[in-house]
Parts: sequence; structure tokens; C-alpha cells
Amino acid sequence: MNHLLDVTTGLSVVLLVIVLISVRRAHIRVEYSISWLIAAGAMLVLSRARPVLDAVRRAIGLPDTPLTLFLLGGGVLLIMFFRFSVIISHLRDDNIALAQRVAILEYHLRGIGNHEKQEA
Amino acid sequence: MTPGAQPGSLLVIVPAFNEQGAIAGVVRAVHQHVPGVPVVVIDDCSGDDTIVTARQAGAQVLALPHHLGLGGCVQAGYKLAYELGFEYVIRVDGDGQHDARDIPRIFDKLKSSGCEMVIGSRFVTDNGSRTGAVRSLGIRFFRLVLRPILGKPVHDPTSGFVGVNRRALSVFSRTFPLEYPEIEALVVLQRRRFRFEEVPCVMLPRTTGRSSITALKSLYYIFHVLMGVFVNVLKFESRLHRRPPGSGTGG
Repeated sequence: MNHLLDVTTGLSVVLLVIVLISVRRAHIRVEYSISWLIAAGAMLVLSRARPVLDAVRRAIGLPDTPLTLFLLGGGVLLIMFFRFSVIISHLRDDNIALAQRVAILEYHLRGIGNHEKQEA
Repeated sequence: MTPGAQPGSLLVIVPAFNEQGAIAGVVRAVHQHVPGVPVVVIDDCSGDDTIVTARQAGAQVLALPHHLGLGGCVQAGYKLAYELGFEYVIRVDGDGQHDARDIPRIFDKLKSSGCEMVIGSRFVTDNGSRTGAVRSLGIRFFRLVLRPILGKPVHDPTSGFVGVNRRALSVFSRTFPLEYPEIEALVVLQRRRFRFEEVPCVMLPRTTGRSSITALKSLYYIFHVLMGVFVNVLKFESRLHRRPPGSGTGG
């Protein structure tokens, strides 16, 4: 059990470092890094504060602590994946609307250009 | 530039992706059978010479800056037609499978029936062309699914040979399914209490290129379209009307 918690602590620290480096190098925008930082921070706290983890386990009604840790980790990841799916969907809609607008504007510009050529 | 804003004005839109081999024939056929009607080819960022070939054949071209897929491509045409003030739009696929001789009948039906959408259907009469076994099975399946939703039978729900009037254009320019749009578009219209009719049409065999729907994609197609249908059924009218113009693709 202690080994599992140590591994979780290690992974959480690695995740925190990777996210911070990525933000510093502008690979991730700050607003999208916050949920990862919160998730890594929460896993770090839970893996180092055994009484907190036990309290969570009792509150949920699960039989053992490792299962609680994995369930919490999995739940956090699912929520984050869902959040990013929502963000990606919005971005895709915006991207399509922009591409269509660009195409329509180019169509109008070409029409204006042809009209000017004919007048000249 | 294509003129519009006249009573009864018709625009033919032709979504195309890598249709260099077929597009010129499609454009010329449309010009031959509905002379004087402007044709806009919407190029979905083809890697071949579709744009040049379409222009040489006498079409206007709406060139998308990157590949959007069929729904985004068709919606771009609807948006353009709506902005230009066209009263009616008929979509003809760029692969040459739709017979341009049927366009006048679809147009006449649009005008005479007053319904928002007219579908060129292979199956209203028996003289339509045959489809493959898998596609035929899919069409039968979606007929069954759509029958209670639409409140009337639809013979050819996957047909892309479709005419719409300005009321439908106003809706589709705001919200339109992104992938495999034909079936979902019917549900989008039904949610607005719009009507559709079918006219018998003959579909020609593909002369060049390949269909985008392969056997492997069929399962994904069925699942995706079913999801889209039920999502559209569950959408609230108030939410649909709240989206600002030009902001949505709805897929």
C-alpha cells in the first residue's frame, strides 16, 4: 500500500513538473493547465495524507484504500477529458465558421476584382 | 460575382472534394439543363485541380481554406446562397451521380408545393438506380428509424440530391450537421415543423473517384447518424433559436 502511494506521489510530481515546464514553454496555455495542476496537486495531497484518503474511502463506502485512490484518479481524468472534449467541440465549431467566412469573403473579393477588371 | 435577391432565384451548389475528373461534366450538365442558373462549386480543399477545372467549365468557386467535410462544405454553400439572397438552392454532388435532367423537376416541386425541402429520391418509383447491399440495408434501417420521427415515410433519406427554399436556407445557414448530413438535416427541419417532399430521380453510376463511405466506415456511419438524429430530437427549440447567426454547425 505504501509503495502504491509512493508511486502515486512520484507520478503526481512528474505531472506537475511536466505541466509547469509546458506552460513555461507556451506549449499549453495557462487556462488549460489549471485543471491538470489541480488534478496533480489533489493526487499529491491524497497520496501523502493517508488519513484524508481513509476519510474519503469511508465516505464513499469502498472496501480498500488503493481502490479509492484509483477511482478518484480515474474520475478526475474522466472529468478532464470531458472538459477538453467540450473545449475542442467549441473550437471546431468556431474553426469551421471561420473557414466558411474566409471562403465567402474570398469569393466576394474575387467577384469585386473581376468586376473592376471588366470596368477597366 | 453571382447575382441573387430576385424573386424565384435559384442557385445550384456542387460540393466537391478531389473531383477533378467529374466536376466539369457536372457543371456543363447543369448549365445545359437549367440554362442561366448560376452554379457554385464548393471546393473542400481538394488536392487536385478541381477548382481550375470547375472554373474552366463555367462555374463560380467557393474555395474552403481547409478540409471541413461534407456538412461544413454544404453549409458554406448555404451560407453564401443565403447572404446573396437566393430564394432556392439545389445541391448536386460533384461526383456526377446526380442527373442534371432532374433539377427542373426538383425546382418545380419546390415552387409548386411550398415545402421547405425537396429530395431527389431513387426509391419513389422503381426506375431509380440500384444501390449496394450494405447501403440498401442502411437506407431501410433509417427509413424505419425516421418514420415515427418525421411523421411520414421518407424513401431515400441518404440522398444528397436536395433542393431547399429560403426558409430552410435560413435554418441551414445557422445550424447544419457536419458529417453525413442528409439524414440529420431532415430531423433538423422536422424540429422546425418544416415539410419535405420527394420526387423520383435516377442516380447515375460514379464515373471517377471512389465513395467516401467504405464498408468499414458503415458501422461508424450508422452510430454517428443515430446519435445525431436523437440529439436533434432532444434539442429544445428555445436553445436552437438562441444561437447567434453564423456561429453554429450543429453537428
